[in-house]
Parts: sequence; structure tokens; C-alpha cells
Amino acid sequence: MEIIVLVIIVVVILAFVVGIYNGLVGRRNRIDEALAQIQVQLKRRHDLIPNLVNAVKGYMGFEQKVLTDVTNARASAVSAGAQGVAAQAQAENTLTSTLRSLFAVVENYPDLKANQNVLSLQEELTTTENQISFSRQHYNSSVLDYNNAIQVFPNSLLAGMFGFTKRDFFEAEPEAANVPNVDLSLS
Amino acid sequence: MAMSTTFAAEQSVNRRNSILLVIAVMAFLAALGFAIGFGTSGRVAGGFTVTAGAIVLATLLSVGSYFGGDQLVLATSGAKEVDHSSAPQLVNVVQEMALAAGVPMPKVYIIDDTAPNAFATGRDPNHASVAITTGLLQKLDREELQGVLGHELSHVRNYDIRFSLLVAVLVGSIALMADFFLRFTFWGGGRSGGDRDRGGGGLVVIVYLLAIVLAVLAPIIARLVQLAVSRQREYLADASSVELTRNPHGLEQALAKIAGDKDVLEVANRATQHLYFTNPIKKFESRSSSMFSTHPSIVDRINRLRRLTGEAPLDAPDQQALAGLD
Repeated sequence: MEIIVLVIIVVVILAFVVGIYNGLVGRRNRIDEALAQIQVQLKRRHDLIPNLVNAVKGYMGFEQKVLTDVTNARASAVSAGAQGVAAQAQAENTLTSTLRSLFAVVENYPDLKANQNVLSLQEELTTTENQISFSRQHYNSSVLDYNNAIQVFPNSLLAGMFGFTKRDFFEAEPEAANVPNVDLSLS
Repeated sequence: MAMSTTFAAEQSVNRRNSILLVIAVMAFLAALGFAIGFGTSGRVAGGFTVTAGAIVLATLLSVGSYFGGDQLVLATSGAKEVDHSSAPQLVNVVQEMALAAGVPMPKVYIIDDTAPNAFATGRDPNHASVAITTGLLQKLDREELQGVLGHELSHVRNYDIRFSLLVAVLVGSIALMADFFLRFTFWGGGRSGGDRDRGGGGLVVIVYLLAIVLAVLAPIIARLVQLAVSRQREYLADASSVELTRNPHGLEQALAKIAGDKDVLEVANRATQHLYFTNPIKKFESRSSSMFSTHPSIVDRINRLRRLTGEAPLDAPDQQALAGLD
């Protein structure tokens, strides 16, 4: 009799542990998937930038600095890819702001603004940047969900045991944080 | 988190309403079928024969509109599918908004019409399409396009598209069938003389009259259903669009531009009207009717957006300028 009770208790505890473990694995996979999505778009942006630089180089003879800034920022963003999410986020944010200055300069050149090739590169970079920011939101909310899940009791006991460690957010650049707060309660 | 519960609740409401709608349409067609069958043959068995036929028809209609309704709606609107090489910016913006809404990339269509408008259709987010008029593409800038597509993709995410699609096809067919029956009754002569002799007397006539009343009321009731479900979800889709784009101004400017536009969307009709971003049937057109409007007024939608961000509503002269056309 006691053995049966004992077996039941052990089975219940095991089921509980397996449940928590699987839940954590699911959350961790969601982060990896979201990160992979960001990486695809970052890669795309890195691939587009040399094309843009080549397309505008001829026109912007005397504003070389903007172009070298973009090229350097791209190079450090590419190498930051191997240094973890936090470093990568920072390098990518620098790249975003140098790209913005480049687009601002392009506005001063009517020839460039009318150039189909430049226009379509600009559109592709804009959409890539927007997609990066939407993917980043998904990534960050998955990280928040996962970090919460590994810190609450009793998950925290198991998380330590099975090596679930805290993940970094993909931080947005400061100005992007100033978006209006929207109340969706639909009064 | 509050946001996700909002649209999860919306999804289940739409799933439930879709089922209720199909049941209601079946019940209605069954009743109409019985009344017609009994009225014309004078026998209960005749009534049930037509009822069975009506139920088969209603089932075919529901299944057909569930699986093929989107293609029907797109085809009647003259929409052509586009890809990234033929409409790069549009496809990019749709991709962004799909990413933001967390739904798969829908198919993208263009309707060759100068009136700026858009709609989304399909049975679920995995089988969704968005259609945009060429007028919308030409008249709106990127930010405004994002606002409009954010609105359309929140219809996709909320399963509004499924319910609206069923409404479009079923409401359209009910109106068509009721119309057909009434014409047949008044011009085609209805019952033959032989039936009259055999008949069950007064009861048959009453049931037959009931069929006529049902046929007259059906399109009106169907229309009221279309309205009741349509207006509230436009407000919600506007609010969700702001949530997705994180930019209330794009959508607001898009609404203001569209409100001031005089072009008329020829391909829209009464059955597909409620699918569109803004009411495609404008006030000055003879086919419009304010009592049966499927959309809230644009001024009202703009003011609600401004309230979301804590801005003051439009002042009287601005309202005057926009209130004229929608």
C-alpha cells in the first residue's frame, strides 16, 4: 500500500518537473526563433548597404564622411554578430543612425532622389529596418516571458539545475522608445 | 498582455459568430423552403422536399463561401495578384504589418481603380488576401499605407475576415434567392390552377403569404446583420492598426485623404461594401443610404484615433471639410 502511494507521489512530481521543463524549452525555442528572424533581416540589411553605397558614391563626391561612417558601422555590426545579442544590438543601432544621416544627405541631391536604383534600395532598406524593429518587439517579449518563467518559484529551482540562464534583450535605440502610449480600452 | 487578450477574445467571438451565422442562414432557408414547398404543392411532404433542397443548397453555399468565397470576392472586385517585383513598396509594407501582427504573409492584390480603398478577405490568417486599389497606392505615402494595411491585417488577425466573408456571400445569396422567388411569384404566376383545387385551403394560402413576407424581410434582416457587425470592428481595427504601427498619424492622415477623395469605387457592391477600409459607396451616390451605412463616419474614426493619443478632436471647420463625402 505504502509503495503504491509512494509511486503515485513520485509520478506526480516527475510529471510536474517534466511539465515545467518542457514549458521552459518551448519558451527558449521561441526566443531562438525570434532571434533567427532578426538575424535574417540584419543579414539582408548588411547585404543591401554596399549596393547603396556604390549607387550614391558617384554623386556624393564631397560627402565621403557619411559614406565611410556607414561602411565602418556596417563592418562593426557584421563583426558584432558573434559577440552576443547586447553588443550586436548596440552596433546595429549605430548602423541605423548612420544610415539615417545618409538618407538625410540623399534628400539634398535631386539627381539621387530621382534615381530608380537608389529609390528602390532606399525602400528595401526602409522595409528591412521596419521589419527589424517589429521582429525585435517579438524577440523582446519572448525574452521577457522566458526570463519571468525561469525566475518564478518553483521553476527557478529547475531552471538552475537544467542550465536555463537569463537572456538579453535586443535593446532598441533610445529615440525609438519615445513612441506614443496607446490606450486600447475603446471607451 | 491586455492587448493579446483583446484580440484573442475578438477571435473567439468571430469564430462563434461565424457558426451562428451559418446556422441562422440554414434555418432561414429551411423555413423559406418549407413555406414555398407547402405553399405551392399544398402538401406537407412537398414542404419537406423543398426544405431538404434548401438545406442542401445552404450547406453548399456555406462550404463554398468558406473555401472559395475569397476568390469570388476578389474576382468580382477585379483584383489581380502582385508580387515583390511588380509592387515592391506595397508588398514590403504588407510584410512589415504581417510581421507586426504576427500572422503569415497574406497574398497581395491590386484593384485597378482610382478610388482609394482596400480590403482583406479569407477564411483564416493562413488563407488571407489583402487587396488595395491603385488609387490608394498613388494617393497615400508610405506611412499612410502602413496605417491602412495595419488596419487590414488586424482584421486578418482577429478573424474578422472569416465572418465578413461569410456575411458577404451568404447575405448576397439570400438577397438573390429572395429576389428570385418574389419575381417568380409575381411575374411567373406562382401556383398553377390544378394545385388550387387540390389545396389544403386557407392554411396553404397563409403559408404561401408567409413565404412572401419572409422573402421580403430576408434581405433587410441580412443587411441589418451586416451593419451591426461591421461598424464596431472598424473602430477596433483602427485602434489595432495604431498598436501595430505605433504611429497614430499615418492612419489619421490616410483617413483624412480618403475622406476628401471624390473618386467612386465602381467594383464595390452592396454585398462586399462592408469589407472595405472606408465605405466605398459615397454619400453623393444614388446607391448610398445613410441608415444602412456599413461604416462609421470618417470624422468619427479620426476623432477616436485622436482620443487614443490624447489629442483634441478635430475642430468644426476641419470636420466640415471632411464630413461631406464619406
